[in-house]
Order: sequence, then structure tokens, then C-alpha cells
Amino acid sequence: MVIVGAGECGIRAALSLRERGHEGSVTLIGAETHLPYERPPLSKDAIAGADEPAPKLIASREMLEERNIVLMSGAEAVALDRQAKSVALSNGAHVPYEKLLLATGAAPRRLPLAEGIEACVYLRTFDDALAIRAHLKRGIRVAVIGGGFIGLELAASARRLGCPVTVVESLPRILARAVPAEIAEAVHAQHVRHAVEIRTGSSIATIEHGPDGVRIGLADGTTVEADLCVIGIGAVPNMSLAEQAALAIENGIAVDAELRTSDPDIFAAGDCCSFVLDLYGGRRVRLEAWRNAQEQGTLAAGNMLGGHEGHTAVPWFWSDQYELGLQIAGLSDEGSQTVRRDTGEGAFILFHLAVDGRLVAASGIGPGNAVARDIRLAEMLIAKRACPPPERLAAPDTKLKALLAA
Amino acid sequence: MAGWIEACGADDVDEEDVIRFDHEGRTFAIYRSPDDEYFATDGLCTHEKIHLADGLVMDDIIECPKHNGRFNYKTGAAKGAPVCVNLKTYPVKVEGGRVMIDVG
Ligand SMILES: Cc1cc2nc3c(=O)[nH]c(=O)nc-3n(C[C@H](O)[C@H](O)[C@H](O)COP(=O)(O)OP(=O)(O)OC[C@H]3O[C@@H](n4cnc5c(N)ncnc54)[C@H](O)[C@@H]3O)c2cc1C
Ligand code: FES
Repeated sequence: MVIVGAGECGIRAALSLRERGHEGSVTLIGAETHLPYERPPLSKDAIAGADEPAPKLIASREMLEERNIVLMSGAEAVALDRQAKSVALSNGAHVPYEKLLLATGAAPRRLPLAEGIEACVYLRTFDDALAIRAHLKRGIRVAVIGGGFIGLELAASARRLGCPVTVVESLPRILARAVPAEIAEAVHAQHVRHAVEIRTGSSIATIEHGPDGVRIGLADGTTVEADLCVIGIGAVPNMSLAEQAALAIENGIAVDAELRTSDPDIFAAGDCCSFVLDLYGGRRVRLEAWRNAQEQGTLAAGNMLGGHEGHTAVPWFWSDQYELGLQIAGLSDEGSQTVRRDTGEGAFILFHLAVDGRLVAASGIGPGNAVARDIRLAEMLIAKRACPPPERLAAPDTKLKALLAA
Repeated sequence: MAGWIEACGADDVDEEDVIRFDHEGRTFAIYRSPDDEYFATDGLCTHEKIHLADGLVMDDIIECPKHNGRFNYKTGAAKGAPVCVNLKTYPVKVEGGRVMIDVG
């Protein structure tokens, strides 16, 4: 069993192969030099935490040794030979496989205007986070290009460190692709309260680097000046191996419900793959979400060992910005009607219902983990394809657990 | 630290639910199971220090509100990613409608 990519998904698959009793070899090939670690803290505590940042490891060296998982770190897989069933590495080695999992994740989408400018950086890896943290001293002016989750979390972390922050978003609002407008407004207002300047509807015309830092020229003729410019304009799946091996591609490495690619001996999972969600009428999606990477890694392991289990989990995502916690279950754009439930202290949840009354998503925001329990229960209602009465969803004294039992 | 202390009233916790109890700088979670027994564990998740009392109780399981890590609150056993370190549990008894826990 060979796994390419030693991130969240790859390591979960490796651990799961052993948990499921697989006794043959397990080889994990990872381009990064660190042991597998969690990425979500990179925009949060790794930037603004009090402690000296260290990667939050998913598995220690001992855990890997105990389980006889061979980790080849600092090794990039550069070619895939499906006839010979072998993966070629950058160091010249060839690793034969019986079953292969591609868990290569995604890479930040690059901004052509920023190429070659040293003060324009991206955030995906622990080393990226370290480099950003090293720059962020009180008073350092930060520009964030892209009002998506990673950019906004980074903006919040930079504010905690006392840096002035400007966020530049080309669309009319932040988080346009990811969350409903009401939630985005709550996030926007929180950033404004923390003195972040948000420039929506602003496309970038020029980026120049001079003696006083970076000058970002906007289409309306104004400029934003910064010492550090962090670019968070989305991610693109890492699929060059799959492309070169002529596997089917469709907004990511295309897999079926069992996470198999167009080659039955090759699986793909996590941020790099697009898969079909039965729950939404077979809609093909690609998620960039931590729990999905875990679940798919575990599921792929079972199917690599001959299982035939389909992916049924409801998409789920969280983000932390300042003291606010946001959680989303399901795909909100599947809804045609929205019901709002206010749960106190400014926390609220939007339930998204389809035309036939089925609950298809829930998005919530509030202090700390105020919305967590309700979102989790909503997730279970979504999985059950329940049609809960809208007026009961809206009433904060209705226990969602009771609706689940109904 | 003294052994048995009073944590809450038996009616303060709903069936299949959890509440938070703080005592001398420590924080605990007190559970009432669907079959009406009481249990106590450390109050913070072993993944990141998050209050489990905001989480969801389902049968024997407490699910962390932050990333859905799971523990069996009766034994403290870690039951699912991302948690891998078990949760400490404490003896519980109910006397005269009060829930007492032995904090050791
Ligand atoms: C800063 C940041 C914050 C995030 N915050 C959240 C959050 O709050 N909530 C949430 O739900 N999700 C969050 N995410 C998303 C989450 O971390 C990802 O969905 C998850 O890491 C995906 O796991 P993966 O294993 O598919 O990919 P990755 O974690 O990207 O791992 C892929 C690994 O494969 C390696 N690799 C790629 N190609 C090759 C090759 N050819 N050879 C060898 N190795 C290769 C890469 O170097 C990488 O280490 C965040 C992501 C980032 C970057
Ligand atoms: S903090 Fe509990 S699962 Fe992460």
C-alpha cells in the first residue's frame, strides 16, 4: 500500500490501514520534511499564539514506528507508471504499489501580478506560517488579498499581534463562495470592530515593490500600501501526477463514491479529489475541509483493502476569527428557503431548506462554540434527509435533539 | 485537595446531556446518561483545551464541540480522530438529590 501525500488525509489513511488489520507494507511519501501535522492552526495559533510555534503533529515518530508505517519525507512523487504500478520519486527511487492513494492536497492559487515580489507570500505549510510570523511585529502593515477563510483568519491573527490590516476582495462581499450573506456580514462587522479595513469590490490592477514596501494599485485608482502582502485567493488541487498518468480529472482528481479514480487500483481523497455526494442528487464537489480529509482518508483505506463503502458524510467546516466561531454543515447553496434561529449572545444559525422542505445545510456563527451543538444536530438531520418544520427550527427553545428523534 | 465535593443538583443536568462544573481552578464535565446515571470527567478536550460541556452527548459518547473528537464519558476512552489521548474520569455518587464527585 502506497500513499502519496503525508498531510491530514494521507496519514489518516495510513493509520486506518493498520487499524483495519492490514499487515503488509504501508509507505507514506511526503514532499514536506515535517512529520504529518495539522494545517488549521497555521492561520490561527501558529501566527498569533503566545508559544513558540511548533507543528501540531498528527502522528509522532514513535507512533509511525510502532505501526510499521514507512514515512519517506522530503520526497516528492514526480511520475506515476500505471503499467509497471510504480511511483518515481524526485530522489530517483521507484516505489512499487499494489494499491495507491493520491492524497496530494491543494496548493495556493498564485496571483500572476505578485510573481517575483518577495513581500507577497502564501500560506499553506508550517514553513509558510513560520515565515509570516517572523514578519509580523507590531505596526507592520499587512495587506491580505482575498476575503476567504484563510485570509480572514490571518487578518484576525495579525490584528492580535497589533498589525494594521487591509483586506482586498474583488467580489462585492467577503466569503462570497463559502457562506450565506448574513453570516459573511457578521464576520465583516467583527473585522471592522477590530479595525481591519475591508475593501470589497476592489480588483487589483498593479502590484509594485518599492523601498517603502508593496504598493497595490486598485482598479478604482486608489492604492493600498503594506510591508507584507498575504495572498489567499483560493487553492488548486495538486493533480499533476494524475494528469500525467491520464487519470480522469474534473475540478480535481475525479473519483467515484468509493474514492476510486478511473484506474481501479488508484484512489484519491481529501483536498485533491472531486467526488459525488449522493445526499445532493449525485452532485460532484471538491471540498477543502479538514474533517473531510480525515473521513476520506479513513474510507479510502477500507476500500484499498477491498471494501466497497461509499462516502456519505455531510460536508462540515469551521473557522475561528477573534472570539467568533463559525460552523457550516451541508451545502447551503442547495437551499431555497432560509430559517433563522437566534440563540442568544449574538449567536445565530441559518437553516437552509430545499424546495421540498428537506434540510440541506445549516450555517452558524457565535462566540466560542455557541453554535456547535446545534450545528452537529443539524448535520444529523441533514444526513437523515429530514424535513423539520421551519417554525420549530426558528424557535430557540425547540431542542433539535427532539426533532432528530421525531 | 479534598475528596468528595458537591458538583450540582441531580436535576441540573438533563438526561443524555452534560454541564460544566468549575472548582478551585479546575474544570469538570458532569454527565447524565440516557439510563439516568451520572458521570464526571475532566472538563477540557485533550486535543485543544475546549470545554466539553458545549458538546453533544449521544448514548455513552461526548463529542467535542470544536472538531467532533469523541470520548466515552463513562470510561474516558478516546473514540475518534482527532483525539487520541484519553480523558480522566472521576467517581460520582448521588446523595439526597446532589451530585458528588471525588476529585481525588
Ligand atoms: C492555513 C489553513 C487553515 C485551515 N483552516 C481550516 C479550518 O479552520 N477548518 C477546516 O475545516 N479546514 C481548514 N483548512 C483546510 C484543511 O487543512 C485541509 O482541508 C486539509 O489539510 C486537507 O488535507 P489533505 O491531506 O487532503 O491535503 P494537505 O493537508 O494539503 O496535504 C497534502 C500533502 O501532500 C504533499 N504532496 C503533494 N504532492 C505531493 C507529491 N507529488 N509527492 C509527495 N508529496 C506531495 C503536500 O506537500 C502536503 O504535505 C485549513 C487549511 C490551511 C492551509
Ligand atoms: S478540541 Fe476537541 S476535538 Fe479538537
